[in-house]
Amino acid sequence: MLAQLTKAERERGLLISVAVALCGLVMAVLGRNDPLGIHGAIVILAGLLCVFAIIAKFYAPEPSASRLENYYDDPTKVGIILSMAWAVVGLFVGDWVAWLLVFPELTFDAPWASFGRIRPVHTTAVIFGFGGNALIATSLYVLQRTSRARLPDQLSPWFVLAGYNLFCVLAVSGYLMGITQSKEYAEPEWYADVWLVVVWVTYFAIYLRTLVRRKEPHIYVANWYYMAFILVVAVLHIVNNLAVPVSIGNAKSYSVFSGVQDAMTQWWYGHNAVAFFLTAGFLGMMYYYLPKRAGRPIFSYRLSIISFWGITFFYMWAGSHHLHYTALPHWVQTLGMTFSVMLLVPSWASAANALLTLNGAWHKVRDDATLRFMMVAAVFYGISTFEGSFMAIRSVNSLSHYTDWTVGHVHAGALGWVAMITFGAIYASVPWLWKRDGMHSARLVEVHFWFALIGTIIYVFAMWNSGIIQGLMWRTYSESGTLTYSFIESVVAMRPYYVARAIGGLFFLIGAVVGCYNIWMTIRNAPAHAAERVDGKPDAVIAGARLQPGE
Amino acid sequence: MAVKERDSHTGYMTTGHEWNGIKELNTPVPRIVYFFLITTALFSIGYWILMPAWPLGVSFTRGLLGIDQTTTVENALKQSNIQRASWTKRIETESYTAIQADDALMKIVRQSGKTLFGDNCAVCHGLNAKGSKGFPDLTARTWLWGGDPETLAETIRVGINADHPKTRISEMLGFGRNQVLNRAQVDAVIAYLRTLPGETEKAPAPIAQLDERQKLFAAHCATCHGDDGKENLRKGRRT
Repeated sequence: MLAQLTKAERERGLLISVAVALCGLVMAVLGRNDPLGIHGAIVILAGLLCVFAIIAKFYAPEPSASRLENYYDDPTKVGIILSMAWAVVGLFVGDWVAWLLVFPELTFDAPWASFGRIRPVHTTAVIFGFGGNALIATSLYVLQRTSRARLPDQLSPWFVLAGYNLFCVLAVSGYLMGITQSKEYAEPEWYADVWLVVVWVTYFAIYLRTLVRRKEPHIYVANWYYMAFILVVAVLHIVNNLAVPVSIGNAKSYSVFSGVQDAMTQWWYGHNAVAFFLTAGFLGMMYYYLPKRAGRPIFSYRLSIISFWGITFFYMWAGSHHLHYTALPHWVQTLGMTFSVMLLVPSWASAANALLTLNGAWHKVRDDATLRFMMVAAVFYGISTFEGSFMAIRSVNSLSHYTDWTVGHVHAGALGWVAMITFGAIYASVPWLWKRDGMHSARLVEVHFWFALIGTIIYVFAMWNSGIIQGLMWRTYSESGTLTYSFIESVVAMRPYYVARAIGGLFFLIGAVVGCYNIWMTIRNAPAHAAERVDGKPDAVIAGARLQPGE
Repeated sequence: MAVKERDSHTGYMTTGHEWNGIKELNTPVPRIVYFFLITTALFSIGYWILMPAWPLGVSFTRGLLGIDQTTTVENALKQSNIQRASWTKRIETESYTAIQADDALMKIVRQSGKTLFGDNCAVCHGLNAKGSKGFPDLTARTWLWGGDPETLAETIRVGINADHPKTRISEMLGFGRNQVLNRAQVDAVIAYLRTLPGETEKAPAPIAQLDERQKLFAAHCATCHGDDGKENLRKGRRT
């Protein structure tokens, strides 16, 4: 794979890897009395790993110029594999956390296995590890095909992919050692944050450089969404993580914001992470893979425009609905609530645009589990955006806030929408990328689909029940005007739902493992040389190998 | 370049754009989308007019209803205090005997007491008050520091081994470590304790030896634990 890099790119790659390893060395030395030192060692290791990988192919012959006529899909292939690996890790830890709430002794008395540490391991592994890698992998794939242009170079996508995964590893390993900023979904500390900025700017640059070289007159909807995702996440990440480290040799930092401003910045970030990472990015994915797989034109170009600008504009204001009935001034809560209500319209417009695109292809939805993954994803997108706007209404929030209803809502979105659309996209692209007629087993895709759907439904229903019961128990007063239930009684009442939730999560995990096996078997049987020409003509190397109907 | 065509299924025209085989229909935005956009916008504008909403530099628009969450919560607290005052005042002022004599009042006390117990005591003593290692069983009806309402209230007020200056201290001397008793004597006391009623492990010892053990117990333990090993008021309990 790395033999595809030109000699100049190999040299540059080597230089960057050495520089990364040296950075790790500095971290290890300065942070020798701090967990930062261990992260230094991990960075050294990552740098050296890349050094060795490049050296192994350093004297390989220069790749032929004919490569420029093909799309560059190697990083996408690796990204998909990484994404599935993170999915299994993240879902496993997630289910562990779920069982931990049923059996508190499952920490085995180890500090690293306490709820506060493994819960962010779960969220980071699934959102950033699974979701992020899937977004990077598919965006590079979609970008090239909808622009009819090859990526501008071969080194920067590898830098983005490897750098991003290094960030994820630093994040997850840090939590286990107790390194955290205590900001939800922004837990990694300052040095990991700085590194992610470098990676992310490179990612955005790839996008712009490819779009500039595009041969299509228009920029496809999917790319609007992918770009909004990359750009806004950069802005959010930089602002929310503004912090001053205790010292250059210390992992701990202090946010420049304090008090309610800190809370507001965090939830402006937090909600827009949902908006632009978990929504915009995956809408980009949906807008390419769903019509492609269904073989249908997008229902309405005009609806795409309205919903894109509606989503990008309204979401920006909605974050304060996470802070209803807090020290946050009332007027900020009002704005958060009202914009969340208006947000429902473009959200449902997007879901409708996806589902109406399937008109004329519903027989395929019935027969093809891959397309059904995407259809169900659009349905869950509709459900969870309705639920989100509903829960953002102040009086509803007074019941739902701090309860499991929030957890259920997030998982309706994360399992039902994000993971389902990702699995659909991955099942569609694996045969396209590795030049197979289809997945190793269509039946196993079907198995995965039902495991995923049943798991999600069990999960979401369990959390709806427990959340609403919690909310009601916490606000029930006796005739004498005192609370009827103590908090611990509400915890006891949650137990059956926590068991159900953990079983639902287990279903989802099993589905993902089945998916990994299926993907692995598909890849294993792939022909050696497989590339796809920018002009759409069959590649000389694989002349005779069948291209996918959708390609 | 842009070739528009009619989609046979929906009857709508495409935009003429194509990306790797993906086309788009130029379907007009369904009316209902505009309807709901306008409805939700009107709702929001109405809400902004009525409620605190938009920042104005150092201040903000207060809203016609004049509602603010701070005053809302203050009023709610005031209101609930007034509602509860009918019985809280009596609890604050009347004697425990008087309170206990009033069945209606005791019903309220038990009701709110259960919740307060769950939120404050259950962490250590358990929701069923059965206690756990190091924390006494409160259902045993044997009170280490006294069981009448006044004493219980005082115990809850000052705590046990807490940081209150008047806290109750619960501490047993290290008889072995302080070399008051040697190893053999410690063993002898343990053996004696096992012969006391209520022990499962009965080890009947020769009377002569028992006397020796009993003497040790009487000399060192009975001051606090009582001659028969049964707990005394304000003193520890053997079991």
